[in-house]
Amino acid sequence: MGNGKLAADRPLSPHLSIYRPMLTMLMSIAHRITGVGNAVGFLLLAWWLVAIAAGPGQYAVVSSFFASIPGRALLFLFSWSLIHHMLGGIRHLIWDTGHGLDKVSIEIFALATIIGSTVLTILIWVAGYALRGGS
Amino acid sequence: MATPLKRVRGLGSARSGTETFWRQRVTAVANIPLVIFLILAIVSHIGADYGTIRAFIARPLVALAFLALIISAAIHMRIGLKEIIEDYVHGEGAKVLAILFATLFAAGVGLASVVAILKSSLGS
Repeated sequence: MGNGKLAADRPLSPHLSIYRPMLTMLMSIAHRITGVGNAVGFLLLAWWLVAIAAGPGQYAVVSSFFASIPGRALLFLFSWSLIHHMLGGIRHLIWDTGHGLDKVSIEIFALATIIGSTVLTILIWVAGYALRGGS
Repeated sequence: MATPLKRVRGLGSARSGTETFWRQRVTAVANIPLVIFLILAIVSHIGADYGTIRAFIARPLVALAFLALIISAAIHMRIGLKEIIEDYVHGEGAKVLAILFATLFAAGVGLASVVAILKSSLGS
């Protein structure tokens, strides 16, 4: 580039690779990754719903997959991704009102999203298993 | 004299103003209670037998909540995926194909879910 004064003076878009990784930046990326993760989860949800509509045979296949270790791990990750994206989204809704945009608040929001999503996800699964009486 | 008013009245270069932005927010707010419902519904039904789960989906309020979730999530997801594609896929052809795929994915998976819920609750 740089042929002509106009091009040289124009501000360049910030680029990922020239910034030191920061928590708020990682949270922004995490919001996008969990968004895509939720899209994959949406497919799993559709599979589950279609199997229920299809009948006991199909449901048994899906049910045994979700009861297996990889199936449970996938469900755990999906629920974590959903909750992380939800808390991150609530953060965005607060920002839309013009509040919480100062440096201290955004750091607190970032930590609250990480810690809150992890704690909530674990609590939900512990409660879910406790209500079902184990297994 | 051209002022920003001209662009506001014309709703910007995309001619849709802040419609997508607002739709993303509306579906985001709707998704909060609906996703909480989904997580509770799934976690409390892991390993449930077929009769139990089919009866659960067939309850009108449960079917309503699932349908609302599917529609709201599909719209929200399509907006988000399109935004990510527009930011990271730069080739014009690849970008159009990727957005087309995201749209068809959201519509296809969403519609399959809707038909499944309707069959479970209304069909035999």
